[in-house]
Amino acid sequence: MTSTTISKQSCIIVGASHGGVNLAFALRKEGYEGRIALIDADCNLPYHRPPLSKTHLIADEPAGQLLKPEQGYQKADISLVLGVRVVEVESEHKQVLLDDGTRHPYTQLVLATGASPIIPPIPGIDTAKHLYTIRTADDALAIATAFKTSEQKRVVVIGGGYVGLETAASLRKSGAVVTVLEREPRLLARVTAPIMSDYFYALHRQHGVEVHNGKNVSEIKTNATDNRVVCSDGSEYPADIIIVGVGVRVNTALAERANLEINNGIVVNEANQTSDQSIFAIGDCCAQFNPHYQRWLRLESVQNALDQGKVAAAAICHNAFKTQPVPWFWSDQYNVKLQMVGLSQGYGDVVMRKELDKPDSFSVWYFNGDELLAVDAVNNAKAYVLGTKFINAMAQVDKDKLVDNSVPLSVSIIKELA
Amino acid sequence: MAKITFITQNNIPVVVEGEAGSVMALAVENNIAGIDGDCGGVCSCATCHVHVAQEQFALVGEASEIEKDMLELDDDANEYSRLCCQIDITPALDGLVLTVAG
Repeated sequence: MTSTTISKQSCIIVGASHGGVNLAFALRKEGYEGRIALIDADCNLPYHRPPLSKTHLIADEPAGQLLKPEQGYQKADISLVLGVRVVEVESEHKQVLLDDGTRHPYTQLVLATGASPIIPPIPGIDTAKHLYTIRTADDALAIATAFKTSEQKRVVVIGGGYVGLETAASLRKSGAVVTVLEREPRLLARVTAPIMSDYFYALHRQHGVEVHNGKNVSEIKTNATDNRVVCSDGSEYPADIIIVGVGVRVNTALAERANLEINNGIVVNEANQTSDQSIFAIGDCCAQFNPHYQRWLRLESVQNALDQGKVAAAAICHNAFKTQPVPWFWSDQYNVKLQMVGLSQGYGDVVMRKELDKPDSFSVWYFNGDELLAVDAVNNAKAYVLGTKFINAMAQVDKDKLVDNSVPLSVSIIKELA
Repeated sequence: MAKITFITQNNIPVVVEGEAGSVMALAVENNIAGIDGDCGGVCSCATCHVHVAQEQFALVGEASEIEKDMLELDDDANEYSRLCCQIDITPALDGLVLTVAG
């Protein structure tokens, strides 16, 4: 391809969050000379999402932590089209239709549409006062504002997943009276072993958060002054503010109407290309076969969105790319730093590793037979780093040495390289 | 106010000025190549790795234990390595020279 044909190209990216923004800049690094446009319905300059439920929520002046400075986009010749929604992908004409009625042609289209918080169909949820999900900077700002003006600051968090627990910790730190209602018999049931659930249960109780497992919210009653969150067992919890953190729905509507293959997310190949070869999908919205875990996965993580953005950028420029098949995550609650690597689903046994001289630090190692699947490290970056190396190398860990904390945590706990 | 010099991977020195906040945030604001700060500055990703000039290492001080462990993710780490999201800008850092790792 000559440079003149390349310069006539146009890449449109739908979704200007971690994945989309990173991809736009990566395209320039890979030598893309065509037009690049980032389109997002969110009016704010693209920002980091993870801090929204963490430090951001309780900042004095909650201003989004920007992914890139505004002039960075100009310098890289990336058009930011914010506050506008893509309503249709007209793939047969290789163009998108925006809600302002304009049409824009593309050579390559990237769907980085992410996911949206689920609002469960609970009676009374539509009329509840100060009920919020937390996904966008505007959500965080609305919560922070409601929180400041609330007198009693009674917060009920529906859902004991990471977002719910982080929000609970942040608001508790600022003096809220917080109750967490989880439907499952334990916190984080979908993603961690019972040891971790118990740990976070105790941690939140220690900090004065009421945590109730096995609570199915059946109704929200609202009067002139506040809400009451009613559970199916008859218990009721008063709430000035309600946070709903019960998971997300993948944003695949555009892709569906463009007739792309969908299966728990937009189906993509190893280059993040969809069933239409001019359309790519990255981040939370796509499903990809994972060569390490040998199964189809749809991941909800910043790291995955960033890495897939780099892959798609290279693929669009016909350059070589490297995939990062072992995902990692983090969560900060109170002064606890949780770092996770790998995926624990399908584990047969877990090994709990405590450190001799560090009472606040431990790690949970998930195995399927001899295969190390994942590590959850609490205040223990060493365990996280070693876990990352071992999983990537498919190293066999000696479980007896691992559990014995007189043996230092190091490469010496490996049996042999597979 | 501190003037900080970043030497990027193609040996180009870039001088920037910062008032407060982390050195990583300053680098990202100024588009310093090789400093990504993917995790937003919470010492979770090791994408803001710099080598501090040896004679200036006392200015920034030792990495914390968590930071040292995180640096082990990077084969390029040495005794003068820091994750610059963990370095706060103060006037004392004026004149600091950091080489972007990678």
